[in-house]
Amino acid sequence: MAIVRLAASSVWNRRVTAGLTVFAVALSVTMLLGVEKLRRDAREAFANTISGTDLIVGARSGAVQLLLYSVFRIGNATNNISWESYQDIAAHPRVSWAVPISLGDSHRGYRVMGTSREYFERYGYAGNASLQFSAGGVFEDVFDAVLGAEVAEQLGYSLADPLVVAHGAGEVSFANHDDKPFRVAGILEPTGTPVDRTVHVSLEGIEAMHADWKSGAPIPSMKVSADEARRLDLTPKAITAFLVGLKSKVAVFKVQRYVNEYREEPLLAIIPGVALQELWDLMSVAEKALLVISSMVVISGFLGMLTVILSSLEARRREMAVLRSVGARPLHVFALFMSEAGLLTLVGVVAGVVLLYAVMLLGQPIAAREFGLHIPIGLPQSADIILMGAVVGAGFAVGSIPALRAYRLSLADGLSLRV
Amino acid sequence: MTGIDPVSVQIRLRGVRFAWRRYESDIIDIDDFTVAKGERLFIEGPSGSGKSSLLSLLGGVVVPREGRVEVLGENLSSMRGWRRDRFRADHVGFVFQMFNLVPYLSVVDNVILPCRFSRRRRARSEARSSSVHADAMRLLAELELDRSKVIDRAVVDLSIGQQQRVAVARSLIGSPEIVIADEPTSALDEGTRERFLELLFNECDAEDTTLLFVSHDTRLGTLFNRRVSLKEINRSAVEAPS
Repeated sequence: MAIVRLAASSVWNRRVTAGLTVFAVALSVTMLLGVEKLRRDAREAFANTISGTDLIVGARSGAVQLLLYSVFRIGNATNNISWESYQDIAAHPRVSWAVPISLGDSHRGYRVMGTSREYFERYGYAGNASLQFSAGGVFEDVFDAVLGAEVAEQLGYSLADPLVVAHGAGEVSFANHDDKPFRVAGILEPTGTPVDRTVHVSLEGIEAMHADWKSGAPIPSMKVSADEARRLDLTPKAITAFLVGLKSKVAVFKVQRYVNEYREEPLLAIIPGVALQELWDLMSVAEKALLVISSMVVISGFLGMLTVILSSLEARRREMAVLRSVGARPLHVFALFMSEAGLLTLVGVVAGVVLLYAVMLLGQPIAAREFGLHIPIGLPQSADIILMGAVVGAGFAVGSIPALRAYRLSLADGLSLRV
Repeated sequence: MTGIDPVSVQIRLRGVRFAWRRYESDIIDIDDFTVAKGERLFIEGPSGSGKSSLLSLLGGVVVPREGRVEVLGENLSSMRGWRRDRFRADHVGFVFQMFNLVPYLSVVDNVILPCRFSRRRRARSEARSSSVHADAMRLLAELELDRSKVIDRAVVDLSIGQQQRVAVARSLIGSPEIVIADEPTSALDEGTRERFLELLFNECDAEDTTLLFVSHDTRLGTLFNRRVSLKEINRSAVEAPS
């Protein structure tokens, strides 16, 4: 205990260099834990995005791709699937419900998704939460739209406001469906999922918009007004994908095989959890790279500490001799240097954790405002504790280098104060 | 070395041969050397006479390759390393030539440092004053170290004379039987030197402490009970090297 107090006095005496060392260690710990937290939160957010859906069916492509565009609104479908195929599979005896989705248009950077009214009861997220309306309700008219929480907030929409959908998914669009404006019929509560960033319209609405379009461009000679469009047959010819709920989960592989072997059209059915796992496998390379980089930062932090302690060693040989003369054993000298490294490490880790929470507290509202990203702030998880333990262990390991040197020096020098 | 009552013998070296490395020739070769309790001994030791080796042997930092180093009746040569370190902590106080103090400790913390390593000295110090802190203050006052001018200041801001007196207080706290002073006055000027010695003697006399004072400054020798030249007792002493 006496040695630890000595070490504390010694560190305090050199508080400027010690402070810088602690700061370097703290920054590296903040980065390490921050990366770990980001990784975990991203996984959790992804895993919480969809629930209650047993299968997702789309045009044949890759499982991850289908999951990304149908649920996360990332990327685009390579192909559509026919309405007949949808109806056929929806009628399968083991299928309880099937909700079609149709993507491809956007509104000021937000994806527009055509779907059925059933979507709002069937779509589940974060365990078994379902979508709730903060205002209005499900679309009734062909030109009604239901906005995700973020869309409404960012673009300042309230009920009954008009909005014009743009063709294509880009932020800037050169082809607008401005002849057929939509009306805000409902606004959803925030969910922390891509639903918040989606404009929902009915499938009929999507059809009506494109009544006078062909092959992705308006036909100049043909103009169909909104009222005329209403009177057309608005049954879609094609959709992008559909979500399927089964009567019994036991049948999931059977139905999946049925869809994958469907003869009329090349289709792909994926189990969301399995596709997510594939996505993790893809991401794990990047996650490992990030972990390696932040570990490197930790190592460089400790190299700084090593330099500071080692360079002070020579000047402290007299001090070691004085300590030996009052009865310190070489082991005490070793313990003194170990304690100093340990103190710097511990204070660094604590400061790093404090810094991380400070960054999260400050960053939370900014991330929510700018990116619609909700950063949950909670207690450190066991993985964090393990990382912190590893950092402390590394600190002691690094500290043992100068401590061993000091031990040998004090053995060799004894009481003689030659320098 | 005759006429010393064997009971009061505190240090005795017999047939001691020592070298820092195994294949080097001996630096110390002392046949018989005795110090009595309460003695004030001046050891004249120019460089090359084996001075630091002798102090290391007496402090139990090293052991001889041959012979016995007896301190307070215990043979240091046969003790294990940690026991010698504890023995030193309990029974011997050191004052060095300069840079005696741990720079990051306060004056008082420097003085009570031995009590952190020796329970015996802590207990003795507490028995004398109410606490080690009070005992340190007593010693500092007896060594004429002013509270406002010295005690509350950082040790690195003290003059060398003040630092040396703090070192004396440290060597004396908890009343060790032996104080070994290695050229403690060589960095002091004439006036300070005499006052320093006077204070050192007073304190040692008060506790009947045995004082081994090593110096190459022969003029100081007259102030001591007994003078010994290392060149005479150490057969391996080299004649004044460069």
